[in-house]
Amino acid sequence: MSKTHIKGKVWKFGDDINTDIIIWGKYKYSILDLKELSKHAMEAISPGFAEKISSGDIIVAGKNFGCGSSREHAPLVLKYAGVGAVVAKFFARIFYRNAFAVGLPVIECPELFDKSKEGDEFEIDLEKGVILNLNNNESFKIKPMPSFLLDILKEGSLVEHFKKHGGF
Amino acid sequence: MGLTISEKIFRDHSNEKVVAGDFTVADIDIAMAHDGTAPLAIDNFEDMGGKKVWDPSKIVLILDHLSPSPHTSASIVHKQMREFARKYKIQNFFDIGSGVCHQILPEKGFINTGNLVVGADSHTCTHGALGAFSTGIGSTDMAAVFYSGKLWFRVPETFRIEVSGKLHPFVLAKDLILHIIGQIRADGATYKAVEFCGETVKGFDIASRMTLCNMAVEMGAKTGLVSPDKKTLDYLENRVPSSGKVVENDPDAEFEETFNFEVDDLSPQIAYPPFVDNVRPIEEYEGTDVDQIFLGSCTNGRLEDLQIAAKILDGKKIHEDVRMIVMPASRDIYLRTIKDGLAEIFLNAGCCINNPGCGPCVGGHAGILAPGEVCLSTTNRNFEGRMGEKGQIYLGSPATAAATALKGVIADPRELEA
Repeated sequence: MSKTHIKGKVWKFGDDINTDIIIWGKYKYSILDLKELSKHAMEAISPGFAEKISSGDIIVAGKNFGCGSSREHAPLVLKYAGVGAVVAKFFARIFYRNAFAVGLPVIECPELFDKSKEGDEFEIDLEKGVILNLNNNESFKIKPMPSFLLDILKEGSLVEHFKKHGGF
Repeated sequence: MGLTISEKIFRDHSNEKVVAGDFTVADIDIAMAHDGTAPLAIDNFEDMGGKKVWDPSKIVLILDHLSPSPHTSASIVHKQMREFARKYKIQNFFDIGSGVCHQILPEKGFINTGNLVVGADSHTCTHGALGAFSTGIGSTDMAAVFYSGKLWFRVPETFRIEVSGKLHPFVLAKDLILHIIGQIRADGATYKAVEFCGETVKGFDIASRMTLCNMAVEMGAKTGLVSPDKKTLDYLENRVPSSGKVVENDPDAEFEETFNFEVDDLSPQIAYPPFVDNVRPIEEYEGTDVDQIFLGSCTNGRLEDLQIAAKILDGKKIHEDVRMIVMPASRDIYLRTIKDGLAEIFLNAGCCINNPGCGPCVGGHAGILAPGEVCLSTTNRNFEGRMGEKGQIYLGSPATAAATALKGVIADPRELEA
């Protein structure tokens, strides 16, 4: 499974999932190891989330996902916890940028929320711009990402991308 | 179909025929980082293998969040930034006491019409007040800008906020923007460029336009914008090295939504804790007990803000049950505060004047609240604990701040005239 081709189970969350829900502020300062920190991902509303999910699983959320702090820990812990992608109605702006910077695929698809349920199996192809619900074969078109963003995701992060190419 | 200011600025900086919704990689004119965000940007820049920065003359580094340093860890960050500036020959380095980043950038001529500006600070949207596209980014993004001078963007759709009517002399741009945020809500303009227009905005001075644009991010916006006019160009004259490109909307530009506000009868507004969009007219909060008043910040620490507060405090004493902290937003403003006699008014009234910087707004130092204490603040955020653990923050205008200081409780500045 490449970074631009994601397959996994859906975990649903509501609106306004803020950065303190994604990772409690108290841990940000006390746990410095990201792998360790990621064990607490989404703990505030879904205890044990990081243990329950399998690598590649997909978060489907409502509006304004990632609102709150501009620190990059929030997308990082989701990535380290094994989340393959986050699909939301829309994202808080700085979280959206930071997600690409750290290599977490984030996708806007407003209609998906009402047409998916927890546990659905999804397949996402970022290059083709398609989300497929494997349970009922319903597909959703998403705006294709430009190639430079796909490249950043494939290489793992903006830092890795610059290491390799010396620019965008 | 015509183009918006944002679409035109992104076309100018990417050489692509982009429209709202498109992704592009664009050239940056000015990149700013401060002591809260520069350290991670520096680490990531070096991790990327950066050996030299793209253009030392276009990077601005400012020590304002903890200035002067209140503890060793801030001192280490400041030292790292001074060394980085020296190593990469970044001359636009502003050490402690220079002021708040969002006052220094325009005041020192780093912002021009038509520019594309990024800052590793969410209130970078302030500079749209001068007809630039200016937005906040994260530290890793900033590392990419240090390295390459470029960054990716999604070109935003535009919301227009058209304001008509005449404000009462003691109802200010701050009251207007709080009112707008209360209506549009904290996520109501997520991603959008928010352009402020209409006769009321045209009548505003640059300081007031900056107050409007500064808080655009509090409704989720990517930038605030005011179309440049004569006032803009007058402000820029003698500040910028050469004239910029004046970018305006095409007559048939497409806006996603237009909101109309009529302000003849607008009261001073209060954002009560703990969210910026908890906005009510001051009548509902008059008489609320307050412990501290803070006048300052990138929202309301400009000369015009200090002038109106000084006018209210002139010859009077602040109430014995409260304390008031005044922080001019820059060294130049501080100097004017002294020269014009404002400092004397504040000191005679019993205020504490701090050196320019962010101060208590971010809760780092210089006026932290005790648990349970209440502050009436001219700043931009009233989140739980921001100004000290379990402290409560009510946001209001400089006039409301001064009136509140005199009465010792939240007070309506319009009632002082009688």
